[in-house]
Amino acid sequence: MSAASTTVPSAGPVEGSRSFLSRLREGDEIARLITFVFAASVVLLTLLLVYELWISCVLPRHKFGFDFFITKVWDPVFDHFGALPFIFGTVVTSALALLIAVPLGIGASIFLAELAPARISDTLEFFIDLLAAVPSVIYGLLGIFIVVPIMRDSVEPALKSSLGFLPLFQGPAYGIGFLTAGAVLAIMVIPFIISVSREVLLSVPRDQREAALALGATRWESTWKVVVPFARTGIMGSIFLALARALGETMAVTMVIGNAPTISASLFSPGNSIASVIAAQFTEATGDLYLQSLIELGLVLFLLTFVLNGLARILIVVTSRRGSGMGNA
Amino acid sequence: MKRIAGILLASLGLAAMVWAQGTLSITGAGATFPAPVYSKWFDEYHKLHSNIEINYQAIGSGGGIRQITQGTVDFGASDGPMTEEQLKAYQDTHGFPILHFPTVLGGVVPTYNIPGVTEELKFTPEALAGIYLGTITKWNDPAIAGPNSGVNLPGNDIIVVHRSDGSGTTYIWTDYLSKVSSAWKSKVGTSTSVNWPVGLGGQGNPGVAGLVKQTPNSIGYVELIYAIQTKMPYGIVKNEAGDFVKATLESVTAAAAGAAKNMPADFRVSITNAPGKTAYPISSFTWLLVPSKISDAAKRDAIKAFVKWMVGDGQNYTEALAYAKLPKQVVAEELKALNKVQ
Repeated sequence: MSAASTTVPSAGPVEGSRSFLSRLREGDEIARLITFVFAASVVLLTLLLVYELWISCVLPRHKFGFDFFITKVWDPVFDHFGALPFIFGTVVTSALALLIAVPLGIGASIFLAELAPARISDTLEFFIDLLAAVPSVIYGLLGIFIVVPIMRDSVEPALKSSLGFLPLFQGPAYGIGFLTAGAVLAIMVIPFIISVSREVLLSVPRDQREAALALGATRWESTWKVVVPFARTGIMGSIFLALARALGETMAVTMVIGNAPTISASLFSPGNSIASVIAAQFTEATGDLYLQSLIELGLVLFLLTFVLNGLARILIVVTSRRGSGMGNA
Repeated sequence: MKRIAGILLASLGLAAMVWAQGTLSITGAGATFPAPVYSKWFDEYHKLHSNIEINYQAIGSGGGIRQITQGTVDFGASDGPMTEEQLKAYQDTHGFPILHFPTVLGGVVPTYNIPGVTEELKFTPEALAGIYLGTITKWNDPAIAGPNSGVNLPGNDIIVVHRSDGSGTTYIWTDYLSKVSSAWKSKVGTSTSVNWPVGLGGQGNPGVAGLVKQTPNSIGYVELIYAIQTKMPYGIVKNEAGDFVKATLESVTAAAAGAAKNMPADFRVSITNAPGKTAYPISSFTWLLVPSKISDAAKRDAIKAFVKWMVGDGQNYTEALAYAKLPKQVVAEELKALNKVQ
């Protein structure tokens, strides 16, 4: 009864709203509207975040200007702050992590998706998901108690004696530093790469494989030359996810990186990353300039993520063009 | 199952609301170092005065100073005294000054890991400053070996470990080094975190202790409480009178007693390198920050009564938690200063 009495008068006087209302009743418009608001809120949140960071770091922006990016000193006593060592540390540890994790992760996902029997693949996937859910502080503890001694006593001396002529592997082996932080980060991001890449590889249409096999390709040839290139975009997506996690990782890094704002060619040297210095110093940062400089570091991390993601996207476009070229040939 | 939990939770919340109506709730925030003894105090005080409930958030000294300046808490707490600038900022915002009340004392001790050395090492101020400045780089340097005759110190490089997070412990350590070394004072200075000339950083006391334990030939510094509770070995330090003193709760209190003679009226005093033959030189007060004007009379009386209890009976709870007691002279001064709160 109530439905009839309410719809008739409201539809009557306003002619234009009839079609809108009827469309509303079908639900499409509502769904469109709601999902649009949700999607827009993501953009809004990002903009708000940048705005909030921007207005919260007025003091250092005015005092240091662009020098903030190229200054190597971080001195809370004499109020002199620069982001360069932290940018360096963040980029180096993330790059190291990807260098280790990408080949391992993609290799493992190819095995799980293409070569392993389904039962083994599913069982392993369960363990990989478990690894992805481990809190980062646990990885940090594992790092400090297991990875650090191994690095100090075995890996770093071995690298030093075999590749010590490179500046990368010189200097005292503390066991903590860029290399260890990169290794721990690699362990942390591998599950993301494997898990996402495996899903992507599994979703490659069966026809693709069959066509390749029918043309006389071996199992490996069909996997490497047909299935993997087909899934390239998705695999790249998994690497983005890994990169994002590596850039922002705080706890595990701060426990093994050595927390000294140094810039050194040696991977054995202790360093520091943006996320780790913010977490370590924010609570006890007393002066306004000090606190705002830490906030500006947050903004820098945001920019860095933005730039690196952009670069990675360009890389995808370039490689996929080359990939399709090869496919045609 | 979920519904039962929900009902339980709701009834708990309701009970808390009913119960809270008769109680006076006071909030504070700040230093993490004294947080264990503060929560013990607030708990014991609540048992004595069931209508007063004090909530404390251990968010760090910097946060404590910020929050009390913004007026979002009833009292703050800090491991380092507020600077002139911060005092002025408070005065400008509120129109009246803020007062410091020492609560307990803490010490900071050097700890080390040198394979083959099991003796307690003796450190001179010059040796500690030199090691942390990076001018003393070997364990068998004469500045270290001098007072440690009979100890077979190796010629290995010293690996220096410091705190990576901002902390009151670092404040005390750098305050001490600034007092005993003019080079440290001009190059590095005193703060909750500084631009370290050398070394690796560890997160918190456990981080520093862990790095020292794991890294051969390393030296670090941790809070005395942490060293006592985890039974870590630590070094002996030469004090201002020229005696080598091991840090204990008594020698830390002795440092405060030594400094009490020159205690300024606002209690903002550093007691590192304090005079006195038995004084341990790397010691410090930690403070409550209380506004000198509290308009809510009930709150004012409650806070004053609590501070009075804290420096009196409250001090009996400190040693079980490995904090050093306030010396009697300081307690008497504090009771006088309490009248300034209006």
